[in-house]
Amino acid sequence: MAGAAANTGVPRWVAVGLLPVINLLAAFLVSGLVILAIGENPLRALAILLNGAFGYQEGIGFTLYFTTNFIFTGLAVAVAFHCGLFNIGGEGQATLGGLGVGLVLLYLDFLPFVLILPVAIAAAVVFGAAWSYLPGLLQAKRGSHVVITTIMFNFIASALMVYLLSQILIKPGQMSPESREVAQHTWMPFMHDIFPIARSPWNGSFIVALLACAFLWVFVWHTRWGYEIRTVGANASAAVYAGISPSRNIILAMVISGGLAGMLGVNEIMGVNHRLILNFSAGYGFVGIAVSLMGRNHPVGIVLASLLFGALFQGGADLAFEIPKITREMVVFIQGLVILFAGALEYLFWPFLVAVFGREADTALAAAE
Amino acid sequence: MSEGGASVSERPEAATAASGRAGLPPAIELRGINKSFGPVRANRDVSLVIQKGSIHGIVGENGAGKSTLMSILYGFYQADSGEVFVDGRKANIVSPDDAIAAGIGMVHQHFMLVDPFTVLENVVLGAEGGALLAEGKAKARSELQRLEHEYSLEVDIDAVVGDLSVGLRQRIEILKALYRGAETLILDEPTGVLTPQEADHLFRILASLKEQGKTIVLITHKLREIMAITDNVTVMRGGEVAANVATKDTDTEQLAELMVGRKVLLRVEKTPAQPTETVLTVTGLNVVDGAGVRRVKDVGFTVRAGEIVGIAGVAGNGQSELLEALAGIRQPASGHIRVRDQDISAEHAVDARGMRELGLGHVPEDRHRMGLVMPFAANESSILGYHYDPAYNGRIIMERQKIIDLCAAQMKAYDVRPDNPLLTSANFSGGNQQKIVVAREMERNPDLLLVGQPTRGVDIGAIEFIHRRLIEMRDAGKAVLLVSVELDEIMSLADRILVMFDGAIVGEVAQSEANEQVLGLMMAGVSPDAADEVA
Repeated sequence: MAGAAANTGVPRWVAVGLLPVINLLAAFLVSGLVILAIGENPLRALAILLNGAFGYQEGIGFTLYFTTNFIFTGLAVAVAFHCGLFNIGGEGQATLGGLGVGLVLLYLDFLPFVLILPVAIAAAVVFGAAWSYLPGLLQAKRGSHVVITTIMFNFIASALMVYLLSQILIKPGQMSPESREVAQHTWMPFMHDIFPIARSPWNGSFIVALLACAFLWVFVWHTRWGYEIRTVGANASAAVYAGISPSRNIILAMVISGGLAGMLGVNEIMGVNHRLILNFSAGYGFVGIAVSLMGRNHPVGIVLASLLFGALFQGGADLAFEIPKITREMVVFIQGLVILFAGALEYLFWPFLVAVFGREADTALAAAE
Repeated sequence: MSEGGASVSERPEAATAASGRAGLPPAIELRGINKSFGPVRANRDVSLVIQKGSIHGIVGENGAGKSTLMSILYGFYQADSGEVFVDGRKANIVSPDDAIAAGIGMVHQHFMLVDPFTVLENVVLGAEGGALLAEGKAKARSELQRLEHEYSLEVDIDAVVGDLSVGLRQRIEILKALYRGAETLILDEPTGVLTPQEADHLFRILASLKEQGKTIVLITHKLREIMAITDNVTVMRGGEVAANVATKDTDTEQLAELMVGRKVLLRVEKTPAQPTETVLTVTGLNVVDGAGVRRVKDVGFTVRAGEIVGIAGVAGNGQSELLEALAGIRQPASGHIRVRDQDISAEHAVDARGMRELGLGHVPEDRHRMGLVMPFAANESSILGYHYDPAYNGRIIMERQKIIDLCAAQMKAYDVRPDNPLLTSANFSGGNQQKIVVAREMERNPDLLLVGQPTRGVDIGAIEFIHRRLIEMRDAGKAVLLVSVELDEIMSLADRILVMFDGAIVGEVAQSEANEQVLGLMMAGVSPDAADEVA
């Protein structure tokens, strides 16, 4: 991705800031046309969406709860991407992470919260990492492409959860595939328990997510291990030349990626659902790809992109509620457009920006020489 | 424009009178060609005239814009502005098809041939002339026989291309162009992959093409070739035409000066070597590539401290694999590599990092593929291979400022421009990128320095600098192994020269006894004694 921006002379702020904004506007423009076509006012829809996401405390809480999930899955995609890998197994890794958290909360609930918290987070990381370790190993040693293996592992994870929840972990005497509720002292505190704000699912996992961002930033850009991962991702031959093992770093990057995706389980199981359920990953793993792309695989960008998608999820829910003609599916459609423009069509407007901003840089460069 | 060259006509039109057949319109005329890639202006107001029936050379350093210019002429790129005239008529060339229709053929530096196809199939490729092959092939066969005969371009037209030597493949490319009716033939760095003998043969072919009235455009950075066969020469520098001149009115020194824009020293000055103890001993080394092909065959030699040992050979004869095995990038299949007292073999393999810890420095053959990580900032590239060094690592965090300072110091010492450690590696010119690599490897003060193609794609000024540094390393008592396909480079730098052919070492020649004929024959696989006799 960075390669596309190199050598065109386009200033960084255009590539990093302006391009995503233009993509977003394009997505909204198309969405607006669709809303217009069904006979509703797009501006009113936009107002409802924004108000739903940011207009009142409960809405903000929901937005930030969604944001938390996207940060975890976005970071997961980013770290793999720095190693040149496309981890699209966030769903499965998050599912396993949630399983790890759930098992800790269900069976280690004799521990006090101060011990439960680190153990649960560690379980989320270890379970998620274990689920990406195998695809990583297969890629590193056998060349099985992670895109194929990780998506297959999503199905395995999903099937595994169904089996566990319908046969083993299910609360005795009930029909739905769910575990019992975990002891209340093991719950991640809600923000509204700590601060005097309206009730919402926004919880302490948000802080964990921000810490994960800081971790990723330090790890990728300020340690020799991050240096090795980036070298392998940018130029595997140069890595071998430098005595850096591509296979070791592929496995390492995949494990960290899976661990980050697994932490989604902290937010969902420990923070909100308080029991093991099916399908709590709910597509966050896939949206994480768009989040990472839009955030340029950088923690700051990922937080901003996560906020955007969080707002779309929350505001979209309000929109479907307020305007019955705009159905739940229509909202998913709008989210899909954002992903399409920000992800798949990321460079749609790029040649135009190069034409406008490339020349200016020419003179700037000439002046610098 | 040029500061030197008072005797050289600086106006493109003046070249018109220099040579060529009076009365005829020029084969190609370019007027005011401009082409930019983003901020880079690859061609600025380029005008030149290529006379019909002449051999016209275009020289310039890498990045001088000669390849861009030819790509415009051949329809790969569109000029931002400017006009192209073919045979005096304005031509609108927007694709290679247009160029071919206008009678322009191109022989690329990297051949565009389908290896499993026969020569005939390759020639008709894209000009099959119908859904059924038989008819087109029959027609092509008789036409090819005529062309071969006419231009002494002998090739077995039923041979599979993959089995043919590089020199023969080049002939097929020329045949392909002629078959499509080319009147003007552009050759891009045609001798880069040829032995001197093959190059001579190519020049004879070009001369006979010229006899038949064809026009040849020769793009090269080898001034000797320009002097040997061209009628006129255009020198390019920084995207502009620095001079158009008749070849008989100039010499290599003047051309070099025009290319660089200042006086350059073409010869390397050095004293005889004072070799001491043996640093590297290679015995019975075999290296197998990823496809299972044995690329290095029973190679054995030594390199002593205080000498430069050169490995000559046509590209692709196992030098790359040998270098990679010595650097720990490839593991040997059998045999031994001994660096001082450390023995390395298939059973005791050592990776690139392990080799560095044994005191080895390695300037790789291809800085794009190995030497640098292009998206990285220069300072990050300047620790490639040494990133684990405690000198700039805390327990966890890397000390970025120390790395930047180190890079800045190396940039200063090696005159890297611009000397900005934060600039992305890809944004430096080829010569400056190479200096970053050379600085990184030499400043570690290695006992043994492996150097592959140190001046490939590097401007003349940087070549001078890098050569001087290599001699300094030698004089400081380092063992240097130099692999290069540039015979001139090997002959002027190396104290002893080994020649590789088909994975094996054909023989060794001392610098004093080396000349182009002997080395050239050895590069074609002839043993040194026989080569001596023939030469």
